[in-house]
Amino acid sequence: MNKTRRLISEYFDKYTVTEIDKYIDLGGFSGLKKALKEGPDFVIDSIQKAELRGRGGAAFPCFKKWTSAKNRPEPVKYVLVNADEGEPGTFKDRDLLAKDPYRIIEGLIIAGYTTGAKEGYIYIREEYDDIRRQMNEAIALAKSRNFLGNNILGTDFSFSIKAYTGAGAYVCGENTALIESMHGNVGRPRVKTPRVGERGLFDKPTMVNNVETYACVAAIMNHGWEAYANQGLNGHKGTKMISLCGNIMRPGVYEVPFGITVKEIIEEIGGGTRDLSLGKFIQSGGASCALIPYTHFDTPYTYDDFKKKGFDIGSGSIVVANGNVRVVDYLSSVSGFFEHESCGKCTPCREGTKRMHEIIDDLCLNRASDQQVNRLFEIADSMMDSSLCGLGQTAPTATLSAFKHFKEEIMESVTK
Amino acid sequence: MVKLTINNTPVEVPKSYSVLEACREAGFDVPTLCFMKEINEVGACRVCLVEIEGEKRLEASCVTPVKDGMVVKTNTKRVRDRVRTNVELLLENHNRECTTCPRSRNCELLNLAETLGIEELQFQGAKRERYYDDFSHSIVRDSSKCILCGKCVSTCKKVQGIGILGFQNRGYNSNVGPAFQAKMSDTDCVFCGQCVNVCPVGALTEKQDMHRVWDAIEDPEKYVVVQTAPAVRAALGEEFGNEIGTRTTGKMAAALRRLGFNNVFDTNFAADLTIMEEGHELLHRIQNNGVLPMITSCSPGWIRYCEFNHHDFLPNLSSCKSPHQMFGALVKTYYADKIKVDPKKMFVVSVMPCISKKTEAARPEMEQEHLRDVDAVITTRELAKMIKQAGINFNHLPDESFDKIMGEYTGAGVIFGATGGVMEAAIRTVADVLTGEDLETIEYHAVRGTDDIKEATIHVAGLDINVAVVHGTKPAGQLLELVRKGEKNYHFIEVMGCPGGCVNGGGQPQVPQKIRDTVDLKVERAKALYEEDQLMTLRKSHKNEEVKKLYDEFLGKPNSHKAHHLLHTHYTKRFK
Amino acid sequence: MEVNKERVEEILEQYDFRQDALVPILMDTQNLCDDHYVEEETQRYIARRLNLTYVDIYEVSSFFSAINKAPKGKYHIQLCDSSVCRINKKDIIEEYLEDVLGIRVGETTADKMFTLEHTPCFGACDISPAIRINKKVYGHLTIQKVKQLLAELRGAKDE
Repeated sequence: MNKTRRLISEYFDKYTVTEIDKYIDLGGFSGLKKALKEGPDFVIDSIQKAELRGRGGAAFPCFKKWTSAKNRPEPVKYVLVNADEGEPGTFKDRDLLAKDPYRIIEGLIIAGYTTGAKEGYIYIREEYDDIRRQMNEAIALAKSRNFLGNNILGTDFSFSIKAYTGAGAYVCGENTALIESMHGNVGRPRVKTPRVGERGLFDKPTMVNNVETYACVAAIMNHGWEAYANQGLNGHKGTKMISLCGNIMRPGVYEVPFGITVKEIIEEIGGGTRDLSLGKFIQSGGASCALIPYTHFDTPYTYDDFKKKGFDIGSGSIVVANGNVRVVDYLSSVSGFFEHESCGKCTPCREGTKRMHEIIDDLCLNRASDQQVNRLFEIADSMMDSSLCGLGQTAPTATLSAFKHFKEEIMESVTK
Repeated sequence: MVKLTINNTPVEVPKSYSVLEACREAGFDVPTLCFMKEINEVGACRVCLVEIEGEKRLEASCVTPVKDGMVVKTNTKRVRDRVRTNVELLLENHNRECTTCPRSRNCELLNLAETLGIEELQFQGAKRERYYDDFSHSIVRDSSKCILCGKCVSTCKKVQGIGILGFQNRGYNSNVGPAFQAKMSDTDCVFCGQCVNVCPVGALTEKQDMHRVWDAIEDPEKYVVVQTAPAVRAALGEEFGNEIGTRTTGKMAAALRRLGFNNVFDTNFAADLTIMEEGHELLHRIQNNGVLPMITSCSPGWIRYCEFNHHDFLPNLSSCKSPHQMFGALVKTYYADKIKVDPKKMFVVSVMPCISKKTEAARPEMEQEHLRDVDAVITTRELAKMIKQAGINFNHLPDESFDKIMGEYTGAGVIFGATGGVMEAAIRTVADVLTGEDLETIEYHAVRGTDDIKEATIHVAGLDINVAVVHGTKPAGQLLELVRKGEKNYHFIEVMGCPGGCVNGGGQPQVPQKIRDTVDLKVERAKALYEEDQLMTLRKSHKNEEVKKLYDEFLGKPNSHKAHHLLHTHYTKRFK
Repeated sequence: MEVNKERVEEILEQYDFRQDALVPILMDTQNLCDDHYVEEETQRYIARRLNLTYVDIYEVSSFFSAINKAPKGKYHIQLCDSSVCRINKKDIIEEYLEDVLGIRVGETTADKMFTLEHTPCFGACDISPAIRINKKVYGHLTIQKVKQLLAELRGAKDE
């Protein structure tokens, strides 16, 4: 009956940050111990067998990134937690950091050990400032127990962690922009070569993963890859942390097995919409992802099933909208968000996000013309095809999907 | 070498090439707005888009390295459509008062729009907040025309090492300007104008003074004297379709005469005079344990840079005014007296390759007896506009010469316009003075060329004089640091604020980036000056007969009391 | 607000005068200010101490939205304006706040007590509609709750 899982979130609400011993008693840091005992190759082998895919959105096989980080010849490298969770409707990293901080620390230490990095950073968005403070407390406690510091647990591996605060810029979720801001520069993405894996933080090779990825690694090392892979489906092993919100009875962070349907998530986990309707559409994965109309609510929640239909798991957010929500109004908030967050470096994104928002606002006021709608498509094409980074490339996705699924409704707003 | 295919044409290029460079080498023109090799490789404007087989999205060719086997297309409907949309987006947020924009004749955005056939913009949404700053004497900044390419930002920071301009705000509200929205005149901007030269549109332009010159010419009460800096003749022709590096000295003199100036003179006269004053100042410093190294003071951009950034070197600066200021001071005294015209009625116009000269001419100390040394400074660009406004067919003009007395100059004066020129001119004279001979060696190639820092030791009359030449404020700062640390010991340093010297000054004709990418303006324009030098019979400043006469009849000797009063100045510590 | 230079020095020292720590330095300095704003003079001071140009610091301080561009009221109210809070009728809260404070979004009350602004999602969607007041999050908002909240803040003022 209960569709949620407790693999990554197993320790949620079971200890507070000061209670590091409780974390240890629950089984915490056993993954680290195993890693230190078995060696880096064992870690990579485990995440490969667990078929862990990166949780930052792109969902690439994790072991590839970890292997290439490990193989970098440079003596100094870094591992970094991207906790700049900025997608509207997303807050699962917030819970992962707040409710089980040691697991993230454990995952990061394992990453440092595996790749040969001696320093790790946790880049936490400004909005989670309380969590950063708590994280610093956890880091200090972990150090006092020699899970951090010199010669960790009697090995010759030494590692330290610093928590770093963002300053309110969604674009810093993009890795190069994130690193620019950690250099004290403006968070504008740089042209894509070299990748941060080659030259990242302080110009050293840097492996960046999402918060949840580190949590998964800790779980895999703790319970073994089999336990992890037993969850979910083939090709989609394990579980996914989701942020469920919007018009829903029980909003919150949930851990779900891959393969569950959208409908099950809404109705059985979320308790249905507040007006007891089916819901009109959801936006899954963040502002940069497609709208999913209710006619597709039977889609299984997997990367592949979603991708086939042009949907996205992305950040793991699911924003539920019911029949009261006009599609154009929803799009206005999405396009307004991108206008606000565009860094302004490249033409199509800087100018395009503004014009898209203007046209959508005209649609909201029922005064947009056919020509404006055509213009909207031209601009969207250029943004997707020629923007410098992912922000501009994906900013039009929601709007285009809305035109695909709710064209009739939207066109009612066009002046004849 | 890497083999790739561009528009079905096989191409082989070096591995280090970008796709843009490969395209150009293969004969395909890919438009750019933000690209400047090694200076601004940011991939921001997104108009150099190309389709690369296997890539999901279009790529900015300027920042995409070539790869073996790459298949590139530059001219597909998809590329054309996206480039067009991006240019339209720029235009929608651009102040399109093209008819009254000083850059419309050679605006890179307008040219691109025309090439793409953008004849209509259907929509007009909001426009970004406008910042308009015309408070300085040199630069006008109009953010409503800025396309945020960042070339000025990179040039100021990376080329000149100053960093007055930066990006600010973000997204749609992005803007380029000085920190805290300060006026340019309230910053440590040196007004070199290198930003103006690279601006593809009319967002950064010089403060125009043409109208004041027209008014003066028109005024029957005024006696208007014009002088032209050496570098102007090496570039003015470009404005009339001549090749870069075409020397137009004679036509320029003819044009100035036809514009209605009462006298057409040459700043070169004052350049020769500067050598007399500066050369003797140097000798005096060497022989009397004065402050060394002595550093030249002809470049007002450099002076301002030093005044803001290197207070400890202010005593090292030669006290000589820059040549056109000396010239102005003499026109209103020596020359006015000669032709019996009331100096109050005289109006001195300087045609300069420089916009910093406009700020220099306005410095409070640049006057005597309440008469400004120079009344108006116009750039090479402004002069070209005046010639066009007057309907003068420049290319068909006869070659004429400058007027007598203050139009007389030597080859040493001409080369003042290129980096190393002041130094070479000074050596020509100092060597003769020290040996008491008329030396046959005239050309000193060690100080020529466009290396950042050039050094030479001149052995003359038992003395070893160590000299250095540096151009551009960034290398100048680096050189001063070496001197400060004691790693370098010089007697004399020539500094010009602009890379390449005055030939590449901020008031020179603006050349489209596409050409700047392939032609070294500094080198080509300098050639014209060295060519003129070679053609002159007299090539040493102290051989200038009119300068000699000036000393005999008026100043006495170099560095005399009178010379000091009229031709020398002082400097001010300025704070950022 | 003008900040005591000694306090700024403490912050700078804490970060070893590292240029790459510019963002946290500015954030920490802003936290010292009652008006949540690091004024130009202080920014220039920080730039000089870190050996950065004014352009460097202004580029950063004008870019990040958590670094304020103008002084704010004592209580800086940031109302989430993203999709989830819109779905959950943040409009009602917004209207009430505008009404009771007598200002529009983007403005500060005449007594400099309150500034009301929009902000993108700050990750409190499970308790939407939500606001942040001086960075503290308040969720599940109703008019009643906002009323109470404002009363408490005003009460604190009287103390």
